[in-house]
Amino acid sequence: MLMSVGSLAAMGLALGSVLGVASRYLAVEENPIEAELQAMLPGSQCGQCGYVGCAQAAAALAKGEAPVTLCPPGGKATAEALAAKLGVKVDLSKVSDSGPQIAEVTEEICIGCCRCMKVCPTDAIIGAAKQIHNVIREACTGCSSCVDVCPTEALGMAPIPVTLQHWTWPKPASAHS
Amino acid sequence: MGFLDRFLKAPSWGVHPEDHKRPAADAPLRLFPSPERVFMPLSQHVGGAARPIVLVGQKVLKGQLIAEAQGNISAPIHAPVSGTISAVGEVTAPHPSGLPFKAITIESDGQDRWIETDPLADPFAATPEEVARRSALAGVVGLGGATFPSAVKFALGKRLKVGTLIVNGGECEPYLSSDDRIMRDFPEQVVDGARIVMHAIGASEALVGIEDNKPEAIAAMRKAAEPYPEVKIRPVPARYPMGSDKQLIQTLTGKEVPSDARAAEVGVLVHNVSTCAAVHKAIRLGHPLVERIVTLNGGAIATPGNVYAPLGTMISDLLAFVGLKEAPSRLILGGPMMGTPLLHDRIPIVKGASGILAFDAAEAFVPEAGPCIRCGNCTKACPMGLLPLEMAARIRVGDLEGAEAYALQDCISCGCCAYVCPSHIPLVQYFSHAKGELTNAERTKLRTDATKRLAEAKTARIERENREKAEAAARRKAEREAAKAAAAPAATPVAEQTQGASA
Amino acid sequence: MSQAYGIAVAAPHTTTTNSPTRIMTLVMLALAPATLYGFWLYGWPAFFLWAITIGAAMLGEAFCLRLLNRRAVPVLMDGSAILTGWLLAVSLPPWAPWWIGVFGGMFATTLGKQAFGGLGQNLFNPAMVARVALLISFPVQMTAWVAPVPMFSAGAPGLVDGLLVVLKGVPHAYDAVTSATMLGFAKTELSRGVNLLDSLQHAPALSFIGSRPGSLGETAAWLILAGGVAMMFMRIISWHIPLAMLAGIALPAAILHAVDPARYLEMGAHVLSGGAMLGAFFIATDYVTSPNSPRGQLIFGFGCGVLTYVIRTWAGYPEGVAFAVLLMNSMTPIIDTYFKPRIYGRDRKGNPLQTTN
Repeated sequence: MLMSVGSLAAMGLALGSVLGVASRYLAVEENPIEAELQAMLPGSQCGQCGYVGCAQAAAALAKGEAPVTLCPPGGKATAEALAAKLGVKVDLSKVSDSGPQIAEVTEEICIGCCRCMKVCPTDAIIGAAKQIHNVIREACTGCSSCVDVCPTEALGMAPIPVTLQHWTWPKPASAHS
Repeated sequence: MGFLDRFLKAPSWGVHPEDHKRPAADAPLRLFPSPERVFMPLSQHVGGAARPIVLVGQKVLKGQLIAEAQGNISAPIHAPVSGTISAVGEVTAPHPSGLPFKAITIESDGQDRWIETDPLADPFAATPEEVARRSALAGVVGLGGATFPSAVKFALGKRLKVGTLIVNGGECEPYLSSDDRIMRDFPEQVVDGARIVMHAIGASEALVGIEDNKPEAIAAMRKAAEPYPEVKIRPVPARYPMGSDKQLIQTLTGKEVPSDARAAEVGVLVHNVSTCAAVHKAIRLGHPLVERIVTLNGGAIATPGNVYAPLGTMISDLLAFVGLKEAPSRLILGGPMMGTPLLHDRIPIVKGASGILAFDAAEAFVPEAGPCIRCGNCTKACPMGLLPLEMAARIRVGDLEGAEAYALQDCISCGCCAYVCPSHIPLVQYFSHAKGELTNAERTKLRTDATKRLAEAKTARIERENREKAEAAARRKAEREAAKAAAAPAATPVAEQTQGASA
Repeated sequence: MSQAYGIAVAAPHTTTTNSPTRIMTLVMLALAPATLYGFWLYGWPAFFLWAITIGAAMLGEAFCLRLLNRRAVPVLMDGSAILTGWLLAVSLPPWAPWWIGVFGGMFATTLGKQAFGGLGQNLFNPAMVARVALLISFPVQMTAWVAPVPMFSAGAPGLVDGLLVVLKGVPHAYDAVTSATMLGFAKTELSRGVNLLDSLQHAPALSFIGSRPGSLGETAAWLILAGGVAMMFMRIISWHIPLAMLAGIALPAAILHAVDPARYLEMGAHVLSGGAMLGAFFIATDYVTSPNSPRGQLIFGFGCGVLTYVIRTWAGYPEGVAFAVLLMNSMTPIIDTYFKPRIYGRDRKGNPLQTTN
């Protein structure tokens, strides 16, 4: 009786100290996930999430202070990727995902004031003073910073049109549920 | 097929659907009267869309270049009728989405006047490069459905020193018989085209694989190939998907194309019989690719058969030509196994359109999908040796990477798995969905990387500008101070004087 | 003329008339001759037990579907619940009391199948799950075998008596017929220290035509075999699992019997008695719970066979097919992971083939 209690206790102690030592010496340095998270964000530093830039947003995500749905330009896809990385469940149906959007200039109203060009984080707007501006579709991240500064509301957000190259078959409706 | 043959001779992969090819295949080829108006899409091939070089109102002749190739992999477009360009606009694409794409509209003058052609009398005296160049200029693309520009494949075959040309006369899709018809009616064109292609790629032999359910085509091709021992007619078992490149290569040569390589890398190149005939016309007659044989078949069609029609003809015009018994319940471009469902019939036929199927209600019936019972029929049918049930199970729960680990990208979308599935699960749709999503994700990632670089560049630039501004400001300040300092000695004595005075 | 066709349906635009219902029906047809022969051998009680078990299995399935708010009839129409009940019924002692059938049938479809998510989702063969649950819970009733009293023969219970046997238990008048199966007898005698050479002289007859004590499914080995071969010809099952399983039983049996005939039963006795035939052709070949690749199936079948032999020879139970199949069922995901078919253009490990040119 005493023998078995003693041996079990000894084993417990031994294994426990092994675990303790292991946790001390094999501890993971700092939070490497922050860099990974930052890599998943669009990186346009648009500030729509409420943080100064993508690095700060990633830090908040890593600490669990911000929801994975924080990034409007990233949309559903980014939220999904973040949720998968952080291992959290998230109800994506509430993410307003009108699909990825990009800025569009209404040429009739544009006065060529150049304000939008200055705020665009990716230099996606081209033009010169008193010239109608234009958006380079491939470079626009859809951060909508330019929309806020446009004095004539010539800038607006429009969904990226679905093309033959982008169209995919929808997932078949499941037999169950 | 005999009882024992079922077990011994048939390949272990694939399926054997009822072929429904006759009576359409046996009906004589009909010539479609010149349509009033054609819509010639600018991307009827793999690669970059062609660029229009005609203006609205311009008169064109049949065979005249109306849009030129753009980029390394592309093909030019020619006028399929003579007449007037009436618009360069959009038309619904032959695509399940029903989205539009760019097309040139030509009002036919009904005369079908050909442009002056430049035939090559003896292609075998010309260099292979010249043959490839002329094929490219004639807009010849793979007519089996892949629509890959043929000249690009010629160059690839030449570069990799391909020894064997495989001429694909498999046509394993049920209902379709356009390749069958071209082999029966124009076997000399096919054989001559095959010999020209051999010359273009430097191959020493051509193996013509024809499914054994087309005895007439085999006989006609044998006769046409008689004078040319290097062109060998090889009947192959009728088994879907025998017309798929990889399966036909395996059946005819025993070679397997590595999953990350092209067929040319194992010394073979596959060209469709219709493509060979198109090469023959492009080289010997100087005719660009502006017409093709289209099978019109299905329960809703009154007189099913094959029609020789100009490209760009509206499907509705073709259907009116062969007559409809009833309103079709489903319209398909291509065969029933891999064909594209069409949302309506105001869609032009393109270079890769081998057939239009108008299904009646019974043919279009879709049984309700049930749960997977893991019977494994799909794995037995898969010609690629994949595990469709495992991939679909993962895609169903959104685990696309998991499906990729089961070699989803090796799937050729042949449809065998979904065909044999007793629970009628739309497996191909699962795979198409996953492949599309993965491609889009890859594209988004590239785009995000690009915008990130742009954003970083901008930040760096702003910082540099600010720094430069600050430096300039500092410099100016320093200059000002220096100037001040220079001016100061004159003033100092005065100050001292003042100080002294106050002291 | 123009017409719209609504939503696009993905290719392929054609399919077969095959369906789960057709597959289940054909399996039941293949099982029918052996079952009918069993009815004749063991009389009305066997028939009633069979009917009760199937009814309970369907009831269990319907109950679960109601809990899920799904319509039960279309799901029941696929025939899988009937087949599960049927397979369980033919593995029970033919004169077992009614509640054995009810408990087993309900257990099979509720905990064995629907708890996992229904058809296609269960890890273990539902019929065998129920059989093992019954065997562990009610060992007495589950090992009370009767000698055959063919229907309409003297001493066989009539329609009403048969019903009473099932509902109220075996009356004293029939007690005499209670007997042991071949495997059970051999095990008992061995445990008493009697070697097989002596004991087998008064053992129950090992009859190829099935006139011996046992369950419905174990008596007529040749009818089961015929049904299995018929399924192979109809391409419902492949030869891999049955052949490998029978080989897995026969090989060790042949070897050990040659080594020590006094301790180990001969190969024929092993292959023809117990659930070996039923297990090889109808139980282990269950699509849902067996591997998909031919190589995986060979390993699975052989494993079932060897485990059956091991359990029969050295474990506490005289029969081991159910345990063996369940153990191998648990291996199916692992086998499926490690034994995939070779992909075209890739080697067995999934790496692209080397270009030879």
